[in-house]
This record gives sequence, C-alpha cells and structure tokens, in this order.
Amino acid sequence: MVETDSDEIWVRQAKAGDLSAFEALVSRHEGRVYSLAQRMLRQEQDAEDVVQQTFLSALEHLAGFREESSFATWLARIATHAALKIIRRRQSRDATATVSLEQNTEPQPGYDTIPHPEYIADWRQSPHKLLEQKELRQTIEGALETLDEKHRLVFLLRDVEGLSVRDTAQTLGLSEANVKVRLLRARLQLREKLTTAFGDPARRLVGGHTHEAGAAAVS
Amino acid sequence: MKCEELLAMLNEYVDGTVDPAICQDFERHLAGCNPCQVVVDNIRHTITLYKDGQPYELPAEFRRRLHTTLRQRWLETHAS
Repeated sequence: MVETDSDEIWVRQAKAGDLSAFEALVSRHEGRVYSLAQRMLRQEQDAEDVVQQTFLSALEHLAGFREESSFATWLARIATHAALKIIRRRQSRDATATVSLEQNTEPQPGYDTIPHPEYIADWRQSPHKLLEQKELRQTIEGALETLDEKHRLVFLLRDVEGLSVRDTAQTLGLSEANVKVRLLRARLQLREKLTTAFGDPARRLVGGHTHEAGAAAVS
Repeated sequence: MKCEELLAMLNEYVDGTVDPAICQDFERHLAGCNPCQVVVDNIRHTITLYKDGQPYELPAEFRRRLHTTLRQRWLETHAS
C-alpha cells in the first residue's frame, strides 16, 4: 500500500532527525488517532489528551520503534494505553464500578450464550454509500456507543485498527479466548443494530431460522 | 453443520482463519442457507463501516496547539 510505504520512508527520515517528516506523519495519522480516542472515551477533552500524549510519546520513543508493526498500529497501541489509563481513573472514581476492565470477563469464555441474529436482511446500501451520508454518522457512531466498554474496545482494536487477536489481548490485558468471545459479541451486536437501521425491510428473512425454513421471507 | 455451529465459528470464517476442512463444511452450509449468508455479509459490511469511516475531525484550535507543542518538544529533544 502506498500509504504504508511512505510511512516507512517518513519514519526513517524522522528517526534521522527530520522534523518535517515527523509532522507529515502526525498530519496523516492525527484524525485516525483522534477518532479512535473519541470512540474509546466518548469525551472530547479526554480524546484530545490521548492524541497529545500519543504523539508526544511517539516523538520520544521513535528511535525505539522497531517497525515490526506498521506505524499506524504502533500509534493505536500507544493511544489505547493512554485511553485505558483514563478509563481506569474513571472506574476508580465511579463508586458504582466495582469491577475493573480485566476482571470484567465473561463468566466462561464460551460460545454457548451467543445472541442469535434476529433482524436478518441485506442492507439497502453499501457501507461506502452509507459513509458518504453525514446525517447517518450519529446512527453509526451511536450503535458503537451502545456496546459495553469491554466489547467496544476489543472491536476497535481488532476490527478497526487491525491488531491481531494476540496483540489485542496483550494491549488490553486479556486472554486470547476472551478477546475472541468479546469480538464475536461485539460484531453480532453491531450487526443487529445496524441491520435494524440499514436493512431492507422488504428483504427481511426469518429470525431464529432453521436450515429448512431459512429462505422464507417474513412478508 | 447447523446454523448455531456456524455462528460459533463466525469470527474465524470472517477473518479467514478457519481450518480448511471445517471451511468446506462452512461453505456447504452457507450455500444452502440464505439467512446465514446474509448474516456473514452483514458482519463484513459492519466491519467495513467502522474501519473505513473516520468520523471525528480534530478541532482546528486543538490541532494548532498540538502541532506547536510537538514542534517545541522536537526542538528541545533534538538540540545538540
């Protein structure tokens, strides 16, 4: 990918002391890091703090960046660590929160209680057409906000930032098994909400289908 | 393979990490089960929607401050 290629070049130049290369990296990635921070924290000031800490930390540790992952992934991990600090501070301040992110695991990381898809229908428009419509942003981001934090963070790191299951587990301090279960729940919950919003009612299929009855339409 | 079994392995299928032998079973089921096909397709769309969208833009004033701070720190740390 062209973007990754020039990231590598800019990283090399910045490591050699080229400020303009570092600034180019910041300009390219700041929107993505800010979006990740907003989606994790849902609070503008906290998201700004995370963005600033992320790039200050990147500046400070650039020489130690071994380029085993992409620059974008490296930034996502730094941003997540910064966001987790804020989340833990919030949790310790909130008297009602009695469990930490790590303790807040699924009772058993099993698949037996996975919610069954209810609203099954093809979407009326492609994801890219939907993204072009600014007025749908609230629906899309709102669906993400309704997820529990523990599901949302896993989805953001794994599916949005593209971290491996292992890296997601390591970054969040979870087991890989737990990441997989949380990811499946997150994907299914988002699918349900988005399909309810964007699915074509005329092409809705029976929920809780069996193999035989599967293709029968509701209407 | 039943729909429930397919659901349990949805991650691996969507991520392309499912065991090739099981993948055949998975695809055989999908070929005959329209709802499961649609669920898989919905999930792929869901991931694309969040992965390809960059919904938040830095407030202009914050961006200006950020770049000033970074430039100052850079000059401090790179002064020889």
